[in-house]
Amino acid sequence: MAKEKTIRVKVNGAERRATVEVRRNLADFLREDLELTGTHLGCEHGVCGACTVLVDGEAVRSCLMLAVQAEGHEITTVEGLTTPDGDPGPLQQAFWDNHGMQCGFCTPGMICAAAALLRENPHPTAAEVRERLSGNLCRCTGYQDIVASVLAAAEGK
Amino acid sequence: MKAAAFDYEAPASLEEALALLQARSDDAKILAGGQSLMPMLNMRLARPALIVDINRLPGLDYIRVADGQLRIGALARHTAVAKHPEVVRGWPVLAEAAAQIGHDAIRNRGTVAGSLAHSDPTAEHPAVLAALDGEVVARSAKGERTLKADELFLGYLTTALRADELLTEVRLPVLPPHTGSTFVEFAPRVGDFAVVGIAAAVTLGGDGAWQDVRLALTGVGGTPFRARQAESALKGTRPKAADIAAAAAQVAEAIEPDSDIKASARYRRQLARTLTERALTTAAERAAGQGGR
Ligand SMILES: Cc1cc2nc3c(=O)[nH]c(=O)nc-3n(C[C@H](O)[C@H](O)[C@H](O)COP(=O)(O)OP(=O)(O)OC[C@H]3O[C@@H](n4cnc5c(N)ncnc54)[C@H](O)[C@@H]3O)c2cc1C
Ligand code: FES
Ligand code: FES
Repeated sequence: MAKEKTIRVKVNGAERRATVEVRRNLADFLREDLELTGTHLGCEHGVCGACTVLVDGEAVRSCLMLAVQAEGHEITTVEGLTTPDGDPGPLQQAFWDNHGMQCGFCTPGMICAAAALLRENPHPTAAEVRERLSGNLCRCTGYQDIVASVLAAAEGK
Repeated sequence: MKAAAFDYEAPASLEEALALLQARSDDAKILAGGQSLMPMLNMRLARPALIVDINRLPGLDYIRVADGQLRIGALARHTAVAKHPEVVRGWPVLAEAAAQIGHDAIRNRGTVAGSLAHSDPTAEHPAVLAALDGEVVARSAKGERTLKADELFLGYLTTALRADELLTEVRLPVLPPHTGSTFVEFAPRVGDFAVVGIAAAVTLGGDGAWQDVRLALTGVGGTPFRARQAESALKGTRPKAADIAAAAAQVAEAIEPDSDIKASARYRRQLARTLTERALTTAAERAAGQGGR
């Protein structure tokens, strides 16, 4: 019963191997061990949504998953949602164009949650966007521009 | 905060998991979806010495109908249950309950079995189990037993499950023809825990009268409240708005909710009344509408 374990995880398309403390959550693993600091940690108990990433394409709270549980799975973080050349991806560009962020703390979680939504429902209504992003808290924007950004991304603008 | 240190095992078979739980029943904790346990670990409200992660157990994520029952394996997630075609068709009350739990990211990980084992006083699934007279299967290295809702739920976050037991399956009966069911709740914002919620399933007889009525509320005490008095008052009569209103008033009278930071007892009673009325109306319409469910 080791307190450490070596895991293999695919993160943003790249195979990663690391030895982690078993109590390390996935968010800390991404940030501290892989230095992917795009994933933010707010509440660390599932409520704020800042740490949302995609696990096998589905939105998941990375603060509520252990890094060792990611073994054998595919993780996509906000860094993985760029174009292949590393330019902003469609959602990221739409957030930029539509002022979908102010301080940017909630943005990675918003974009990951929105990515999961658009994958399942490429043309959501504003109400559907609001419902799907209801688990992601933003303290700055008042949400209007976030919803507008997701709708713009869906329309390919 | 960060979780305190623990040992971690992710057994590859149920036997292995049960053996671990038996050997370490004093300080082990099962990890399923983690949507309730991980917050408690992170806040150090729970400090188990050993985490037994059941997510690698094979073949436990099933949702299937067998022997007149809907059977849900320990690793079936809320999202899978909410979208499962047979559940949507045959057990709308369960599909609607699962769909109203937290947010997408929570539902993608959280399990029905975990929710019952956790037994939050405002959780949806305990009320569904209570309303439909379902049961859970608890396995340990020593054997297996089944528990009904009133045997399982003992109080606030407390169940009759022993520390060496794993809840392997949830069973709900197939609902008879001409049954309508629904789960109705009120939460201040989409995705919040319900303040009050109600699971309803009604069956109409050939004469159009209430033949069977099942109502269970969440958020009005430490365990789900089965509104048996209101149920029997309706039986035998034909659905009428006035009777539904009277039943709803009776439910509001019968519960003994507490006041807490989310709502006063008075507000909970008012919600119970309104939601009972809505649930009975919808369930009756569904039962009358299509010969079923
Ligand atoms: C932001 C947020 C919002 C939420 N909103 C809601 C909501 O609206 N309604 C609601 O009902 N829930 C809500 N939840 C909780 C969620 O439903 C959980 O999924 C559920 O309560 C527990 O299921 P789990 O699989 O995640 O269990 P875990 O968190 O893994 O475990 C919970 C407890 O049950 C035990 N356990 C788990 N599985 C088993 C098993 N098979 N046998 C024996 N013991 C077991 C664990 O040891 C632990 O004590 C919310 C959670 C969050 C973070
Ligand atoms: S940090 Fe994970 S939900 Fe807030
Ligand atoms: S932009 Fe600051 S929290 Fe959302």
